[in-house]
Amino acid sequence: MGELSKLTIAEARDKLRAGEVSSVELTRDCLAEIDGADALGAFVHKTPEIALERAAAADARIKAGEAPDMCGIPVGIKDLFCTKGVASQAASAILEGFTPEYESTVSQNLADDGAVMLGKLNMDEFAMGSSNETSTYGNAVNPWKVDDRDLTPGGSSGGSASAVAADLCLAATGTDTGGSIRQPAAFVGITGLKPTYGRCSRWGVVAFASSLDQAGPMTKSVRDAAIMLQSMAGHDPKDSTSADLALPDFEAALTGDIRGKRIGIPAEYRMDGMPDEIEALWAEGRKMLQDAGAEIVDISLPHTKYALPAYYVVAPAEASSNLARYDGVRYGHRATLAAGDGIEQMYEKTRAQGFGPEVQRRVMIGTYVLSAGFYDAYYNRARKVRALIKKDFEDVFAAGIDAILTPATPSAAFGLGEMADADPVQMYLNDVFTVTVNLAGLPGIAVPTGLDKSGLPLGLQLIGKPWAEDEMLNTAYVLERAAGFVSKPSKWW
Amino acid sequence: MSIDIDTARRVAHLARIAVDEKDLPALAGELSNILTFMEQLNEVDVEGVAPMTSVTPMRLKRREDKVTDGDYQEQILSNAPDAREGFFAVPKVVE
Repeated sequence: MGELSKLTIAEARDKLRAGEVSSVELTRDCLAEIDGADALGAFVHKTPEIALERAAAADARIKAGEAPDMCGIPVGIKDLFCTKGVASQAASAILEGFTPEYESTVSQNLADDGAVMLGKLNMDEFAMGSSNETSTYGNAVNPWKVDDRDLTPGGSSGGSASAVAADLCLAATGTDTGGSIRQPAAFVGITGLKPTYGRCSRWGVVAFASSLDQAGPMTKSVRDAAIMLQSMAGHDPKDSTSADLALPDFEAALTGDIRGKRIGIPAEYRMDGMPDEIEALWAEGRKMLQDAGAEIVDISLPHTKYALPAYYVVAPAEASSNLARYDGVRYGHRATLAAGDGIEQMYEKTRAQGFGPEVQRRVMIGTYVLSAGFYDAYYNRARKVRALIKKDFEDVFAAGIDAILTPATPSAAFGLGEMADADPVQMYLNDVFTVTVNLAGLPGIAVPTGLDKSGLPLGLQLIGKPWAEDEMLNTAYVLERAAGFVSKPSKWW
Repeated sequence: MSIDIDTARRVAHLARIAVDEKDLPALAGELSNILTFMEQLNEVDVEGVAPMTSVTPMRLKRREDKVTDGDYQEQILSNAPDAREGFFAVPKVVE
């Protein structure tokens, strides 16, 4: 067992079509792997009945011919996506017991194409965190290990990252508000893609910061990211910010030819105190793209330094508004009330019990920066700085840059619990290379390209032009082939 | 900008999150640290810059003003902690 779950989407698709394997066999293999991997804390709601039912349907559809690429492919779904009849609680105690009566558009798109849902995946509570340590389910654990310590798989899509890297499923959905697909992907040595804002519908995805949130694929290869994005993306009338644009054929864009492309290297991403290994990895990435015929160009994105503070105003502000809906009235947890408690006490006790400390912190920061007297000083100023950050990117793209290469994270995965006593701001620094992309609404992809001294994966990030995921995927494909990253964690769980 | 205990109490109330009096000093400290981090934004010259309202330049779609969805009271109430006779039930609001 476990051999089939190691397949990529592309490999499984070809085997399914050739009749060499059935979706039921693939699904059973994944389910067995999941049952043996509780120590990873990746799957938090298992749905074997739904999986086997969908797998049998997929097999029938494949046999009939003309099945979509994702047909019969077993995937995991991040707990942030509402899935009809299956617990969906954004890893929060406040949504304990919530089973949606509806399905998110992205997970519905996957289901319509015949993908098989294996279960729901762990994450940071309401996607707020960079280490999967804020989850009500407990930590998700990185399958990579170099000593006795349990390492973080990153966050917020930590369960998705852990499950894909440990071959519990062929791929998983993630969401990315400040780096929550790309940072965990880099920490576990897989590919993670955040699409252009508006490419994937946000309908039915529990909202964190609506102007920044995007769903995307987390996969074992760049080709798989192309295949899965094709299924997840597309216009949705139920999300007014979803773009009514035709989708390019993402997989067909993987030609491996990037000759003449201009790749920007932003000076501002060379941070003080950046580990030598990250610097070396970045230099290797530049060389790989250059060897493939791309032109490497030094560029400047002058407002980079202000991206994190701007993000930590805008995202909590939107979160404080979005999370106002958790009031103990319509769904989820309601606190037990004392005699004489009124509706106000019900709200306050429910939210104090239901939200974890990081979520409370961000809701309160958001409330503060939106409150009378501070709105202009914080929120409006941050939105102006955000406009400048976006303009930085527009300027370099207008000057002929096709894509931007940066490190994905400032370090390799760290130990669970190691940041427990640190200032929350220290944890926020994890997003330093990824958060600009959300603020500017751009597509970004993390690709594993090497290992650090201790043997942990490290990734590089490519940032593309708006709506040019196809071109970005092709550049990522070149990077992937040149890096030849094949390392896998050895099984200890 | 530093947040004092009174401000922390006020913010917690605005956010409708019950915080024990004994936890307020620590909360005030944490919020102050985060705000200090945000203060870097004051270094940026934002003169004449319009605040971003939409990250992708897109005209919002319009549609005819008619009912396209609804009529499922039962599903809407199915997750309520307390639903009675087709309504959400809450503690008494009006005296």
